[in-house]
Amino acid sequence: MIEVEDVHKSFGSNHVLKGISTVFEKGKTNLIIGQSGSGKTVFLKCLLGLFEPDEGQICYNGQYYSELSTNERRDLRQEMGMVFQGSALFDSMTVEGNVMFPLDMFTKQSKSEMQDRVDFVLKRVNLIDAHKRYPSEISGGMQKRVAIARAIVMNPKYLFCDEPNSGLDPKTAILIDNLIQEITQEYDITTIINTHDMNSVMEIGEKIIFLKNGYKEWEGTNKEIFKTDNEAVTDFVYSSELFKKVRQMYIEERN
Amino acid sequence: MKVKCPTIFLFLSPQVHIEHMKHLEAIGKYFIMVWEVFKKPTKWPIMRSLILKEIDELIYGSMGIIIFISFFIGGVVTIQTALNLNSPLLPKSLIGFATRQSVILEFAPTFTSIIMAGKVGSYITSSIGTMRVTEQIDALEVMGVNSLNYLVFPKIIATLMYPFAVAISMFVGILGGWIAAVFGGYAPSGEFIKGLQLDFDSFHVTYAFIKSVVFAFVIATVPSYHGFYMRGGALEVGKASTTSFVWTSVVIIITNYILTQLLLG
Repeated sequence: MIEVEDVHKSFGSNHVLKGISTVFEKGKTNLIIGQSGSGKTVFLKCLLGLFEPDEGQICYNGQYYSELSTNERRDLRQEMGMVFQGSALFDSMTVEGNVMFPLDMFTKQSKSEMQDRVDFVLKRVNLIDAHKRYPSEISGGMQKRVAIARAIVMNPKYLFCDEPNSGLDPKTAILIDNLIQEITQEYDITTIINTHDMNSVMEIGEKIIFLKNGYKEWEGTNKEIFKTDNEAVTDFVYSSELFKKVRQMYIEERN
Repeated sequence: MKVKCPTIFLFLSPQVHIEHMKHLEAIGKYFIMVWEVFKKPTKWPIMRSLILKEIDELIYGSMGIIIFISFFIGGVVTIQTALNLNSPLLPKSLIGFATRQSVILEFAPTFTSIIMAGKVGSYITSSIGTMRVTEQIDALEVMGVNSLNYLVFPKIIATLMYPFAVAISMFVGILGGWIAAVFGGYAPSGEFIKGLQLDFDSFHVTYAFIKSVVFAFVIATVPSYHGFYMRGGALEVGKASTTSFVWTSVVIIITNYILTQLLLG
């Protein structure tokens, strides 16, 4: 569980985050949504510990980040997995090398133990025959799976995903969403996804936070987002005709 | 808070002043980067393989161009010296002497370093810059890896092999000079070799190696700085490579002057 208490962050005169408080629960897929420039990426980087908040606290399972020593922060980092928007796989390494990298770097496991773990996680993300291929030789969807495998190989407590299905076709995007949700529930981890994708919001948004101009404008679940009267949320989520109709049907069905 | 302008910049226009401050900031950032490179080291077995890979890429991979350039530069120095020694009173052995001095003191360590700044420096900037653009550096940092140590330290250690490349450059340069002198009919072989041995001071070789170690550090770190701190996309990677080559060359030339004054002056 991650508790965020009144987090502020500025860059010079640009006040990006303006007092955000929320709780990201364990075993749930938590989504951060909002327009470009609303502060989503800065918020995610604060949660990752890459940016330190100017005010407020972030608490990871009872540990306040600001109170941790350098070594404790390093240990905490190793409990985090991150799936980047562009996958961020190391070009010079094979798929297997990419997934093995954190194990090789931070554990004292033998080569065979590491190999077993890599085989297991690659199988878990449904990648069987790609071990020896380089990132440039596989599709975008496969790269995302490798990134997920690399993020979970250390058994993280927290999984962060920055727009995990950007650049993917709708079918692959749903597969990636479902995979992240399955992994979250299976390993009981706290997952936080930064997304623009409304399909993800509807499908896997067990908790959704909507940011606007650095403020937390709304929070709720994917069921509640259909019912909300918050104008900013409805403007953003139901901007397309298709989603407007989906919402209308949902409301009519409930009535 | 109002920042007081350093007196030295008071005569400058605001734009020039800002530009100077940017350069000072970049110099400070460069030294902080160098300090960070040596902190929180990567596990030795991983580092060892990275160092070997960089030796292969940066040194072994550059030997072809170093040998090619040194051979012809040695030949050109010989021909130009021979053509300028018109007086029959001057012995032909001076051609060998001038070639040796030029190649050992300047062409092998400095000229080769400028070539390396172009070849190796652009490679370093573009490879690290691409890693920045594609978030691979962010991925390292999220994992808790000291990305500067992981990326730059192996390059610094690999370039410590650079004096070996310079030694080969010296040998090939002088060989090129000998071939040009003998087969071009500018000096007989015996005279040329006599000139090579004339008043030989072994400190000149030491001086060249000291210079090459310093230049190697510059070639490894200045392009790394430009790649690591670049922002933007593919176009900016290209621009960073060009800027990196210009600044690496400038630093090499200034360092060359300072070292020459300190060691030979």
